[in-house]
Amino acid sequence: MTPDPYFFIVIFCGVAVVFPLMPLALAWLWRKFFQPPKPGPAKNATYECGVESIGEARGQFQSQYYLYCIIFLIFDVEAIFLVPFAVAFTGLPLGAFIAILVFLLLLIEGLVWAWSKGCLD
Amino acid sequence: MSGQVDEGLRSELQKQGIWVTSTQELYNWGRRNSIWPLQFGLACCAIEMIATAASRYDLARFGGEVFRPSPRQADLMIVAGTVTKKMAPQIVRLYNQMPDPKYVISMGACAISGGPFKQGYNVLKGIDRYIPVDVYIPGCPPRPEALLHAFMELQRKIDGQKLTGEKKAPFLDRKQPSEFPVPAFGAHDLEPPANPDVFRPPVVERT
Repeated sequence: MTPDPYFFIVIFCGVAVVFPLMPLALAWLWRKFFQPPKPGPAKNATYECGVESIGEARGQFQSQYYLYCIIFLIFDVEAIFLVPFAVAFTGLPLGAFIAILVFLLLLIEGLVWAWSKGCLD
Repeated sequence: MSGQVDEGLRSELQKQGIWVTSTQELYNWGRRNSIWPLQFGLACCAIEMIATAASRYDLARFGGEVFRPSPRQADLMIVAGTVTKKMAPQIVRLYNQMPDPKYVISMGACAISGGPFKQGYNVLKGIDRYIPVDVYIPGCPPRPEALLHAFMELQRKIDGQKLTGEKKAPFLDRKQPSEFPVPAFGAHDLEPPANPDVFRPPVVERT
Protein backbone atom coordinates (compact mmCIF):
# COMPACT_ATOMS: atom_id res chain seq x y z
CA MET A 1 0.00 0.00 0.00
CA THR A 2 1.46 3.36 -0.99
CA PRO A 3 0.77 6.31 1.25
CA ASP A 4 -1.10 9.29 0.01
CA PRO A 5 1.33 11.62 -1.82
CA TYR A 6 0.10 14.55 0.24
CA PHE A 7 0.91 12.68 3.45
CA PHE A 8 4.51 13.90 3.18
CA ILE A 9 3.30 17.49 3.38
CA VAL A 10 1.57 16.61 6.66
CA ILE A 11 4.85 15.18 7.98
CA PHE A 12 6.70 18.24 6.73
CA CYS A 13 4.28 20.59 8.51
CA GLY A 14 4.61 18.58 11.72
CA VAL A 15 8.40 18.81 11.61
CA ALA A 16 8.19 22.51 10.74
CA VAL A 17 6.16 23.13 13.91
CA VAL A 18 8.13 20.88 16.26
CA PHE A 19 11.60 21.94 15.08
CA PRO A 20 11.39 25.60 16.19
CA LEU A 21 9.28 24.81 19.24
CA MET A 22 11.84 22.44 20.74
CA PRO A 23 14.63 24.98 21.36
CA LEU A 24 12.06 27.48 22.59
CA ALA A 25 10.73 24.94 25.07
CA LEU A 26 14.27 24.05 26.09
CA ALA A 27 15.08 27.72 26.68
CA TRP A 28 11.90 28.10 28.72
CA LEU A 29 12.79 25.11 30.88
CA TRP A 30 16.36 26.39 31.30
CA ARG A 31 15.04 29.73 32.48
CA LYS A 32 12.68 28.03 34.91
CA PHE A 33 15.20 25.69 36.50
CA PHE A 34 18.63 27.25 36.14
CA GLN A 35 18.99 30.79 34.92
CA PRO A 36 16.58 33.40 36.28
CA PRO A 37 15.76 36.20 33.83
CA LYS A 38 17.29 39.55 34.72
CA PRO A 39 15.67 42.27 32.64
CA GLY A 40 16.58 45.89 33.17
CA PRO A 41 16.12 49.33 31.64
CA ALA A 42 19.31 49.19 29.55
CA LYS A 43 18.75 45.59 28.48
CA ASN A 44 15.20 46.32 27.38
CA ALA A 45 16.14 49.53 25.59
CA THR A 46 15.32 49.68 21.89
CA TYR A 47 18.54 51.30 20.80
CA GLU A 48 21.58 49.13 21.39
CA CYS A 49 24.76 51.04 20.58
CA GLY A 50 25.69 52.34 24.00
CA VAL A 51 24.45 55.86 23.38
CA GLU A 52 21.21 56.97 24.95
CA SER A 53 18.60 57.91 22.39
CA ILE A 54 17.23 61.44 22.50
CA GLY A 55 14.04 62.89 21.07
CA GLU A 56 11.28 60.96 19.42
CA ALA A 57 11.47 58.40 16.66
CA ARG A 58 8.86 60.30 14.65
CA GLY A 59 10.63 63.29 13.18
CA GLN A 60 9.73 65.50 10.23
CA PHE A 61 12.05 65.74 7.27
CA GLN A 62 12.09 68.67 4.90
CA SER A 63 11.39 67.67 1.31
CA GLN A 64 13.98 70.01 -0.18
CA TYR A 65 15.17 67.50 -2.71
CA TYR A 66 11.90 67.03 -4.60
CA LEU A 67 13.27 69.10 -7.51
CA TYR A 68 16.09 66.58 -8.00
CA CYS A 69 13.43 63.88 -8.03
CA ILE A 70 11.45 65.71 -10.75
CA ILE A 71 14.56 66.26 -12.90
CA PHE A 72 15.53 62.61 -12.47
CA LEU A 73 12.09 61.46 -13.62
CA ILE A 74 12.13 63.74 -16.66
CA PHE A 75 15.61 63.09 -17.99
CA ASP A 76 16.31 59.57 -16.79
CA VAL A 77 13.17 57.53 -16.23
CA GLU A 78 11.31 59.11 -19.12
CA ALA A 79 14.10 58.22 -21.57
CA ILE A 80 13.84 54.55 -20.59
CA PHE A 81 10.12 54.55 -21.31
CA LEU A 82 10.50 56.50 -24.53
CA VAL A 83 12.84 53.99 -26.19
CA PRO A 84 10.33 51.07 -26.35
CA PHE A 85 7.64 53.58 -27.29
CA ALA A 86 9.71 54.78 -30.24
CA VAL A 87 10.55 51.22 -31.33
CA ALA A 88 6.91 50.06 -31.31
CA PHE A 89 5.52 53.36 -32.58
CA THR A 90 4.28 52.21 -36.01
CA GLY A 91 2.32 49.25 -34.65
CA LEU A 92 0.63 51.02 -31.72
CA PRO A 93 -3.15 51.23 -31.43
CA LEU A 94 -4.76 54.59 -30.70
CA GLY A 95 -5.36 53.81 -26.99
CA ALA A 96 -1.68 53.12 -26.32
CA PHE A 97 -0.71 56.28 -28.19
CA ILE A 98 -3.04 58.41 -26.04
CA ALA A 99 -1.79 56.71 -22.87
CA ILE A 100 1.82 57.52 -23.64
CA LEU A 101 0.84 61.09 -24.53
CA VAL A 102 -0.77 61.49 -21.10
CA PHE A 103 2.40 60.14 -19.54
CA LEU A 104 4.51 62.60 -21.54
CA LEU A 105 2.17 65.48 -20.70
CA LEU A 106 2.56 64.81 -16.96
CA LEU A 107 6.35 64.86 -17.28
CA ILE A 108 6.33 67.96 -19.47
CA GLU A 109 4.29 69.61 -16.76
CA GLY A 110 7.11 68.73 -14.36
CA LEU A 111 9.65 70.12 -16.82
CA VAL A 112 7.77 73.41 -17.02
CA TRP A 113 7.61 73.56 -13.23
CA ALA A 114 11.35 72.84 -12.86
CA TRP A 115 12.18 75.37 -15.58
CA SER A 116 10.11 78.09 -13.96
CA LYS A 117 11.84 77.30 -10.61
CA GLY A 118 15.17 78.02 -12.28
CA CYS A 119 16.58 74.51 -12.07
CA LEU A 120 17.83 74.47 -15.64
CA ASP A 121 19.60 77.83 -15.57
CA MET B 1 25.67 16.42 38.27
CA SER B 2 29.40 16.27 37.90
CA GLY B 3 31.28 14.26 40.46
CA GLN B 4 28.67 11.53 40.79
CA VAL B 5 30.37 9.33 38.24
CA ASP B 6 33.67 7.84 39.31
CA GLU B 7 36.57 9.10 37.20
CA GLY B 8 38.00 5.61 36.73
CA LEU B 9 34.65 4.21 35.66
CA ARG B 10 34.24 7.10 33.30
CA SER B 11 37.57 6.52 31.56
CA GLU B 12 36.85 2.79 31.46
CA LEU B 13 33.53 3.48 29.73
CA GLN B 14 35.24 5.93 27.39
CA LYS B 15 37.58 3.18 26.24
CA GLN B 16 34.51 1.11 25.35
CA GLY B 17 33.06 4.00 23.37
CA ILE B 18 30.54 5.25 25.92
CA TRP B 19 30.79 8.91 26.79
CA VAL B 20 29.45 9.88 30.21
CA THR B 21 28.79 13.55 30.83
CA SER B 22 26.64 15.82 32.95
CA THR B 23 24.37 18.73 32.10
CA GLN B 24 26.88 21.11 33.61
CA GLU B 25 29.78 19.77 31.58
CA LEU B 26 27.76 19.76 28.38
CA TYR B 27 26.53 23.28 29.04
CA ASN B 28 29.97 24.65 29.82
CA TRP B 29 31.53 22.76 26.91
CA GLY B 30 29.10 24.40 24.54
CA ARG B 31 29.53 27.85 26.03
CA ARG B 32 33.30 27.81 26.20
CA ASN B 33 33.68 26.77 22.59
CA SER B 34 31.41 29.43 21.14
CA ILE B 35 32.30 32.67 22.87
CA TRP B 36 31.08 35.50 20.67
CA PRO B 37 32.96 38.71 21.38
CA LEU B 38 31.51 42.16 20.96
CA GLN B 39 32.97 43.97 17.97
CA PHE B 40 34.24 46.86 19.94
CA GLY B 41 37.70 48.39 19.70
CA LEU B 42 38.80 51.54 21.47
CA ALA B 43 42.43 52.23 20.62
CA CYS B 44 45.63 50.59 19.42
CA CYS B 45 44.87 47.36 21.34
CA ALA B 46 41.98 46.93 18.93
CA ILE B 47 44.50 46.50 16.11
CA GLU B 48 45.99 43.57 18.01
CA MET B 49 42.49 42.24 18.57
CA ILE B 50 41.84 42.44 14.83
CA ALA B 51 45.14 40.65 14.19
CA THR B 52 44.05 37.95 16.63
CA ALA B 53 40.84 37.43 14.72
CA ALA B 54 42.58 37.42 11.35
CA SER B 55 44.15 34.46 9.60
CA ARG B 56 47.63 34.36 11.16
CA TYR B 57 46.51 34.00 14.78
CA ASP B 58 43.00 32.80 13.97
CA LEU B 59 40.73 33.20 16.97
CA ALA B 60 38.35 30.84 15.16
CA ARG B 61 40.39 27.95 16.53
CA PHE B 62 38.85 28.76 19.90
CA GLY B 63 35.36 29.37 18.61
CA GLY B 64 35.56 33.11 19.10
CA GLU B 65 35.71 34.46 15.58
CA VAL B 66 32.09 35.60 15.42
CA PHE B 67 32.51 39.25 16.38
CA ARG B 68 29.02 40.59 16.89
CA PRO B 69 28.19 44.19 16.09
CA SER B 70 25.32 44.15 18.58
CA PRO B 71 25.63 43.67 22.35
CA ARG B 72 22.44 41.59 22.30
CA GLN B 73 24.28 38.74 20.60
CA ALA B 74 27.63 38.95 22.37
CA ASP B 75 28.99 36.89 25.26
CA LEU B 76 32.32 38.59 25.72
CA MET B 77 33.37 42.21 25.82
CA ILE B 78 37.03 42.77 25.02
CA VAL B 79 37.78 46.24 26.34
CA ALA B 80 40.64 46.82 23.92
CA GLY B 81 42.31 50.13 24.51
CA THR B 82 42.21 53.45 26.29
CA VAL B 83 38.92 54.14 28.01
CA THR B 84 38.37 57.87 28.10
CA LYS B 85 35.96 59.32 30.60
CA LYS B 86 33.77 60.34 27.69
CA MET B 87 33.56 56.71 26.56
CA ALA B 88 33.14 55.02 29.95
CA PRO B 89 29.33 55.47 30.27
CA GLN B 90 28.86 54.01 26.80
CA ILE B 91 30.95 50.96 27.71
CA VAL B 92 28.96 50.36 30.88
CA ARG B 93 25.72 50.74 28.95
CA LEU B 94 26.90 48.30 26.29
CA TYR B 95 27.86 45.85 29.03
CA ASN B 96 24.42 46.27 30.57
CA GLN B 97 22.80 45.50 27.24
CA MET B 98 24.62 42.22 26.84
CA PRO B 99 22.61 39.16 27.85
CA ASP B 100 23.79 36.87 30.64
CA PRO B 101 26.16 35.03 30.84
CA LYS B 102 28.63 37.75 29.90
CA TYR B 103 32.35 38.13 30.40
CA VAL B 104 34.87 40.95 30.17
CA ILE B 105 38.51 40.84 29.12
CA SER B 106 40.40 43.99 30.06
CA MET B 107 43.03 44.22 27.35
CA GLY B 108 46.12 46.36 27.72
CA ALA B 109 47.58 48.71 30.28
CA CYS B 110 45.03 51.46 29.60
CA ALA B 111 41.96 49.31 30.13
CA ILE B 112 43.49 47.90 33.33
CA SER B 113 44.69 51.07 35.01
CA GLY B 114 44.85 54.00 32.60
CA GLY B 115 48.32 52.96 31.52
CA PRO B 116 50.58 55.77 30.32
CA PHE B 117 47.66 58.19 30.66
CA LYS B 118 47.07 57.41 34.32
CA GLN B 119 48.26 60.86 35.40
CA GLY B 120 46.09 62.55 32.81
CA TYR B 121 42.73 64.19 33.34
CA ASN B 122 40.61 62.50 30.70
CA VAL B 123 41.34 58.77 30.90
CA LEU B 124 39.52 56.36 33.15
CA LYS B 125 41.89 54.57 35.51
CA GLY B 126 40.70 51.09 34.75
CA ILE B 127 37.38 49.79 33.44
CA ASP B 128 37.10 47.53 36.49
CA ARG B 129 35.88 50.56 38.39
CA TYR B 130 32.45 50.11 36.82
CA ILE B 131 32.10 46.58 35.46
CA PRO B 132 33.41 43.24 36.74
CA VAL B 133 36.45 42.08 34.75
CA ASP B 134 37.18 38.37 34.33
CA VAL B 135 40.62 38.38 32.71
CA TYR B 136 43.26 41.11 32.63
CA ILE B 137 45.95 41.22 29.94
CA PRO B 138 48.95 43.42 30.66
CA GLY B 139 50.91 44.89 27.79
CA CYS B 140 51.05 48.03 25.71
CA PRO B 141 49.62 46.70 23.50
CA PRO B 142 49.52 42.97 24.33
CA ARG B 143 50.50 40.70 21.48
CA PRO B 144 47.83 38.51 19.86
CA GLU B 145 49.30 35.50 21.68
CA ALA B 146 48.50 37.26 24.96
CA LEU B 147 44.89 37.74 23.89
CA LEU B 148 44.70 34.09 22.89
CA HIS B 149 46.08 33.18 26.31
CA ALA B 150 43.44 35.35 27.95
CA PHE B 151 40.82 33.64 25.83
CA MET B 152 42.02 30.26 27.02
CA GLU B 153 42.01 31.49 30.61
CA LEU B 154 38.42 32.60 30.14
CA GLN B 155 37.53 29.20 28.70
CA ARG B 156 39.09 27.60 31.76
CA LYS B 157 37.03 29.87 33.97
CA ILE B 158 33.81 29.05 32.12
CA ASP B 159 34.63 25.36 32.39
CA GLY B 160 34.83 25.64 36.16
CA GLN B 161 31.50 27.41 36.65
CA LYS B 162 28.92 25.48 38.61
CA LEU B 163 25.29 25.17 37.61
CA THR B 164 23.87 24.49 41.07
CA GLY B 165 24.85 24.69 44.70
CA GLU B 166 26.27 27.43 46.87
CA LYS B 167 29.16 28.27 44.54
CA LYS B 168 27.13 28.50 41.35
CA ALA B 169 28.01 31.04 38.71
CA PRO B 170 26.90 34.62 39.49
CA PHE B 171 24.67 34.88 36.41
CA LEU B 172 22.61 31.95 37.72
CA ASP B 173 22.11 33.67 41.07
CA ARG B 174 18.88 35.61 41.28
CA LYS B 175 20.38 38.09 43.75
CA GLN B 176 23.42 39.01 41.67
CA PRO B 177 22.86 42.07 39.46
CA SER B 178 23.09 41.87 35.70
CA GLU B 179 23.23 45.61 35.09
CA PHE B 180 25.51 48.10 36.76
CA PRO B 181 24.91 51.82 37.29
CA VAL B 182 26.07 53.97 34.40
CA PRO B 183 28.35 56.81 35.53
CA ALA B 184 27.36 60.35 34.65
CA PHE B 185 29.50 63.32 33.67
CA GLY B 186 30.15 65.51 36.72
CA ALA B 187 31.83 68.88 37.06
CA HIS B 188 35.36 67.46 37.17
CA ASP B 189 35.10 63.69 36.98
CA LEU B 190 32.66 60.89 36.38
CA GLU B 191 30.05 60.56 39.12
CA PRO B 192 30.62 58.28 40.97
CA PRO B 193 34.39 57.86 40.31
CA ALA B 194 34.03 54.13 40.98
CA ASN B 195 31.30 51.63 41.74
CA PRO B 196 32.15 50.31 45.25
CA ASP B 197 30.18 47.09 44.61
CA VAL B 198 32.48 46.21 41.73
CA PHE B 199 35.76 47.99 42.35
CA ARG B 200 37.82 46.24 44.99
CA PRO B 201 41.43 47.26 44.42
CA PRO B 202 44.06 45.12 46.12
CA VAL B 203 45.36 46.69 49.30
CA VAL B 204 49.10 47.25 49.14
CA GLU B 205 50.78 46.30 52.39
CA ARG B 206 53.84 48.34 53.09
CA THR B 207 56.25 47.06 55.67
